[in-house]
Amino acid sequence: MTAELRRLTCIVCPLGCEIRVEISGHRVLRVEGNACPRGLNYATEECTSPKRSLTTLVRVNNGAVPVTSVRTTKPIPKGLLRDVHRIISEVVLEAPVHRGQLVLKDVLGTGADVIVTRSVKRISESLGNLNALS
Amino acid sequence: MREYSSDVVVIGGGPAGLAAASSCLEAGAGRVLLVEKEAELGGILPQCIHTGFGLLELKEDLTGPEFAEVLEERALNLGAQFLMNSYASRLWLDEGGVVVECVSPRGIEVVHGKCLIYAAGCRERIPSEVGIVGDRPSGVFTAGTAQTLMDLYGLLPGERVVVVGSGDVGLIMSRRFAVEGAKVVAVVEMMKHPGGLTRNVVQCLEDYGIPLLLSHTVLEVRGKSRVKSVMVCELDENLTPIGGTEREIECDTVIVATGLLPEVGLLEKAGAEVDRSTGGPVVNEFLETSLRGVFACGNVLVVNDLVDYAVEQGRLCARSAKSLLDGTLQRPEAWRRSAAGEGVRFVVPQLFSGAEDVTFYARVKKPKRNCRLSLREVPMDIKLPIVRPAEMLRISVKRDYLSKVERLTLEVVE
Repeated sequence: MTAELRRLTCIVCPLGCEIRVEISGHRVLRVEGNACPRGLNYATEECTSPKRSLTTLVRVNNGAVPVTSVRTTKPIPKGLLRDVHRIISEVVLEAPVHRGQLVLKDVLGTGADVIVTRSVKRISESLGNLNALS
Repeated sequence: MREYSSDVVVIGGGPAGLAAASSCLEAGAGRVLLVEKEAELGGILPQCIHTGFGLLELKEDLTGPEFAEVLEERALNLGAQFLMNSYASRLWLDEGGVVVECVSPRGIEVVHGKCLIYAAGCRERIPSEVGIVGDRPSGVFTAGTAQTLMDLYGLLPGERVVVVGSGDVGLIMSRRFAVEGAKVVAVVEMMKHPGGLTRNVVQCLEDYGIPLLLSHTVLEVRGKSRVKSVMVCELDENLTPIGGTEREIECDTVIVATGLLPEVGLLEKAGAEVDRSTGGPVVNEFLETSLRGVFACGNVLVVNDLVDYAVEQGRLCARSAKSLLDGTLQRPEAWRRSAAGEGVRFVVPQLFSGAEDVTFYARVKKPKRNCRLSLREVPMDIKLPIVRPAEMLRISVKRDYLSKVERLTLEVVE
């Protein structure tokens, strides 16, 4: 298999090394341009199994606000971000919701849970009545 | 008219104000009353739903809303009092300390305090302040407004987006739009380098294939009822448009993310000295402004890039307020001055006594590699592999050095 050359900017520290990685299939053949071993790890992981945390929103019924924010409890494979986002966007929670509340367990088998990051109170009864009148 | 009194009054319930309130109560500085204009605490944190908050403070990588709730719970548990939905509209000093006049749905509220911690944060630069002209259709938002609509109310402000400004705010909002299904067609940056952290350029733009137009500006917004397009062009070294490079980019939304301005009006009207280079008040090492008993912290003091710094400044204000109330806050006959030298845009605090160790914050003008941060008047010289405007420098200087000089100049040299 022919080797492919990829260029990345390291994000481990503010130095921002321009790293060149030679890859064949999923194998990293050579890493150049990194100033330290952390750059080697970053480049290797970024080229073989890149991961990202996902933060987005879910709808909340009967809440003081109509949405709350959620996050994955750890980074998930970058290639799954779109699918995980779609699954999260189909969820509707019932207020009240609390910070840390579990939304999805082990989403798409990534080992990461999706949890609530912003508590939302249930809309008060009185306010509900006011809305009903108007 | 309702009147309230407290030992310490805090204006602003964002991270700096909440940290200040908690630390005052922990230090036993008496009663604390916090005035907040919104119905919710946390300042800008609740709408910053991305991670990266609290790494230094809590050793955890939290999102903005989580970090805000942690700070809020701490202040509530310690017994802080809150005056919510109350907008501080005037402030003055009297023999008892400080008086703040506020407007709220309950009417006029007057708050008396022995001292004041001012943590009112920033406002955003608006399009006309950055020279964007043309039609005035709907679809032009500041980044903060778009963030409020999306992340607090769940509304997507547009589908084809041009972002003006590549600071961290612009980069993070670009990713938010991309994640929620909008197409970000360009991020336009005047300078020839991105304004934000490399991490954010990689993870917010490159991950989503969003083009970054460096040395470019938006000349004009076009559209009748809704934004139809923007005219962009290239800029030369002097940031002057280059003729013949104009082109039209179709979009329905323009997001202006061109920087923050400390909300300093109230302090200025009360007579506080303001530093042109930070946009915030001039303070000494106790973060006391030129008004006795009025302290400043968070983004109104200096636009911070880490929430941890805002919290740190809030804590320092609390210690200073406690000293003031105990009658031990130092006030030397003459303050010594810090100054921004070559390559440095500002230094905070601007004044120091020479009797204490001081943590200075500074920001460089341009990115630079393999340079030294040099303190001209004292034998301190720190080698830095890289400096960037996006990352504030934080440097502690011992009083042994500070006591020997009248002036301290920070510069970044080869």
